[in-house]
Amino acid sequence: MSRTAAELRVGERVRVARVDGLDEISMRLLEMGLTPGVELELLGKAPLGDPLEFELRGYRLSVRIAEARRVAVSPLSGDS
Amino acid sequence: MADPFPGPSPTGNSPSESASTDALGREKAFRVALIGNPNTGKSTLFSALAGVRQRTGNYPGVTVEKKEGRVVMGDRPFVLIDLPGTYSLAPRSPDEMVAVDVLLGRRDDELPLDMVVCIVDASNLERNLYVVSQVLELGLPVVLAVNMVDVAADRGLKLDLARLERQLGVPVVPVQAHRKVGLDKLADAIAAIPARVAKASSSRVESESSAQQLPGGHAAARVSPFPEAFQGEVAALERLERNAGIPVLPRYLLERLLLDTTGYLENSGLPGVTPELLAETKAARSRLALQGLPVPGVEAMARYQWIAGILEGVVTRPKQRLVTTGDKLDRVLTHRVWGTLVFVAMMVLLFQTVFWMAEPASELIDGGKSWIGDRIVAAVPEGALRSLLINGVLEGVGGVLVFLPQIFTLFLFIAVLEDCGYMARAAYLMDRLMSRVGLSGKSFIPLLSSFACAIPGVMATRVIENPKDRLVTMLVAPLMSCSARLPVYTLLVGAFIPDRKYLGGWFGLQGLTMFAMYAIGVVMAVAVAWILKLTLLRGATPPFVMELPGYKLPGLNIVLYRMLERGWSFVKRAGTLIFAVSVVVWAAAYYPRDIERVAPELVKRQANAALAVARLEARAAELGDQPPQPPPTPGSEATTGSGKSKTNSGESKTGSGESPRASGEPSARSGESVTANSGSEAHASGSEANASGSEATTSGPEDAASELEAARRELEAADDLLAGAMLRHSYLGRLGQWIEPVVKPLGWDWRIGCAALASFPAREVLVATLGVIYNLGADEDEESESLTQTLRSATWEGSTKPLFNVPVALSIMVFFALCAQCASTLAVIKRETNSWRWPAFTFVYMTSLAYIASLLVYQIGIRL
Repeated sequence: MSRTAAELRVGERVRVARVDGLDEISMRLLEMGLTPGVELELLGKAPLGDPLEFELRGYRLSVRIAEARRVAVSPLSGDS
Repeated sequence: MADPFPGPSPTGNSPSESASTDALGREKAFRVALIGNPNTGKSTLFSALAGVRQRTGNYPGVTVEKKEGRVVMGDRPFVLIDLPGTYSLAPRSPDEMVAVDVLLGRRDDELPLDMVVCIVDASNLERNLYVVSQVLELGLPVVLAVNMVDVAADRGLKLDLARLERQLGVPVVPVQAHRKVGLDKLADAIAAIPARVAKASSSRVESESSAQQLPGGHAAARVSPFPEAFQGEVAALERLERNAGIPVLPRYLLERLLLDTTGYLENSGLPGVTPELLAETKAARSRLALQGLPVPGVEAMARYQWIAGILEGVVTRPKQRLVTTGDKLDRVLTHRVWGTLVFVAMMVLLFQTVFWMAEPASELIDGGKSWIGDRIVAAVPEGALRSLLINGVLEGVGGVLVFLPQIFTLFLFIAVLEDCGYMARAAYLMDRLMSRVGLSGKSFIPLLSSFACAIPGVMATRVIENPKDRLVTMLVAPLMSCSARLPVYTLLVGAFIPDRKYLGGWFGLQGLTMFAMYAIGVVMAVAVAWILKLTLLRGATPPFVMELPGYKLPGLNIVLYRMLERGWSFVKRAGTLIFAVSVVVWAAAYYPRDIERVAPELVKRQANAALAVARLEARAAELGDQPPQPPPTPGSEATTGSGKSKTNSGESKTGSGESPRASGEPSARSGESVTANSGSEAHASGSEANASGSEATTSGPEDAASELEAARRELEAADDLLAGAMLRHSYLGRLGQWIEPVVKPLGWDWRIGCAALASFPAREVLVATLGVIYNLGADEDEESESLTQTLRSATWEGSTKPLFNVPVALSIMVFFALCAQCASTLAVIKRETNSWRWPAFTFVYMTSLAYIASLLVYQIGIRL
């Protein structure tokens, strides 16, 4: 079963599997460093539940749930 | 410092532009672009390097600001060009194309660049190097400025910048731009480049080799981050272009064409993008996908992989991620409850401060205005020139200046919020709410700011990257009730809304009316934004992918500098237009001055009245009778003052042969308004001067006094009628009467229509214009009792029916709540969108909205 970054629990750390889509949004997500293999942690949610705040590559990134759905994630391998 | 041209490798074909001298052998300025991610301190670095000699403007046809500075570094002139902050050089809009075109020297209006300074955030080299890897491929000499090394150290990161320099192959300089640390070294590194370029291009003559080398020659050691298969496809596309005889795109753009799956570059009108090439591009994409190199993902993968290689051994992270103060702060500031509370408190503080702190400063400016007005009155004789200087120039300049305190206060706030990193959190917190109308959280601050003043609000939309979102925000921002509407609301609410209290005095009808005016603006803004996003500016919901930068203490220099820079740019750009419009409106209200022709009987009556007053005063003086002082009530003084510039004939007659009025000026008059210090009033004080000279008293003082009193009243009445007639026959008055049929359904007469027209430069002018039109001094302010009284007693011309009532007052207020009567805002929209289309659109839609709304209010109001 495949999960997306939109379904993480706060504080959960995962690995990016891939980013779906060919449009501007997907390109922007890739450019911001959401490439396959990178570690991603959900730090929190905005007061109304959207957008989400992630930590990756040593910085914080905020994306809406709609965009986070494009990011497929997989669990960190046993080493974490 | 590493040699940017490592090794003895053959140097590339340096373009002639990077030669250090021009055709005449003069040393020409070396053109340096500054580029980097947002939030890296790029603007700070630019200001620190460029100093005060900066020029800002716009690139034609787009909304990108163009900032240039000239400096001398190492005895050589340099031109620094600040490019917009960006995470990636992958153009997907005309705005984003600007930076790429400038970097590739493809703009006709720009000289080609000679080198690039990349600025990166030391605490996040990984993501920051993404755009650097793109810049390196353009083939220009590069110097890397690693900013905020102190922040990185705070986070426990250890950086080996010497190693980074070796692995990257370009000079790397650590700096702390906000503290001006390391700038000398950076300047040295930049200044060293021209000589190396010159050396490289001379050695090129000896080894004229592979044309495929990058210009500048320094990049010999650099390999493309892309996999071979990808490079092969790009080379194949290049061959296709060459064989087909179509213009060959620069390698970088060809790569972009292959990578851009959004369709922007295909349709952007690049030369040589033929259907054949596009077909081949698509085929290449499918071939790459089959090899496990899917476009567009392949670029990010390749670049981040390259970055990982470059950063190997450069960054040492602490074993345990340090929980910094910023992290703890962030947990509070983005917390569901605490974050929201802090946000609300912050916004209330911002709003209140701008609203109230600006007031004393505005009063000071007003005071300065009347002081200068007094000087003008003293120095310039009565007539068109004085009127132009006072009512045109001074009002115009004052109209610009009076916004400044608010603009500066708000810009100070915004600069502080931006610099400390809270701005992004505000957008994060508000995004959900704003996305309901199709905007993003980034629109919130500009809209909130517009409650103080739409001008800084419109300028604050620069933080919104999405052009359509930015435009929508700009177009609805003027609907927020700015502080210039407040005088209008205050006057009309105070005069016509009954002071009823409800719920034990907690809610007053006046306060509720005021609140309703603010609410109607917000409701309309939401509706208009929603409609615009559905129709004219339709487009896919823009992504909200936003970096939340680390917190830091705002730097005083940066904050003050940004505040002054933005404030000054407002004065320069909008100021000139407001000034011009003010003068035009003045001229429309002053000319054609053919009153002698259109209403000779009024001129005669006024002259006779003035003569009578003069005669009686002279007689009183002869008799040694102390003439009664002119009525001291402020209302009548102002009325007398309104004769200003319209009573030349009478004044010149009475004034002749009398002592200079300054000598006998009673002290009670010192507080008088600028406009009252002239005209018919002058002769009164003049005669007082005479009168005070003699002491003897003779018989019949009461009769003489009452006769003089009557004559003075007649003069006042004549002055009023003449002033009214002059306005009526001015171009503005004629226009006002011409549009009366249009404004009548709103409950307005031609005079209110006139006031609305005259307040086009700025809404708050309405109060002064109403004062003039209803034959009062032009110096009225919203708290003036007499203006309130006069408005209450104003009637329709030729009848005793009161002009104003609650529906009329509401209709005027609603009109001013929604109309675009603000030349400054329109000027600033023009400046920000770089076109007249959007200010014109704003004016038309807001005026229509205002008209319809006040029509409804009035028509429903009179039927209730």
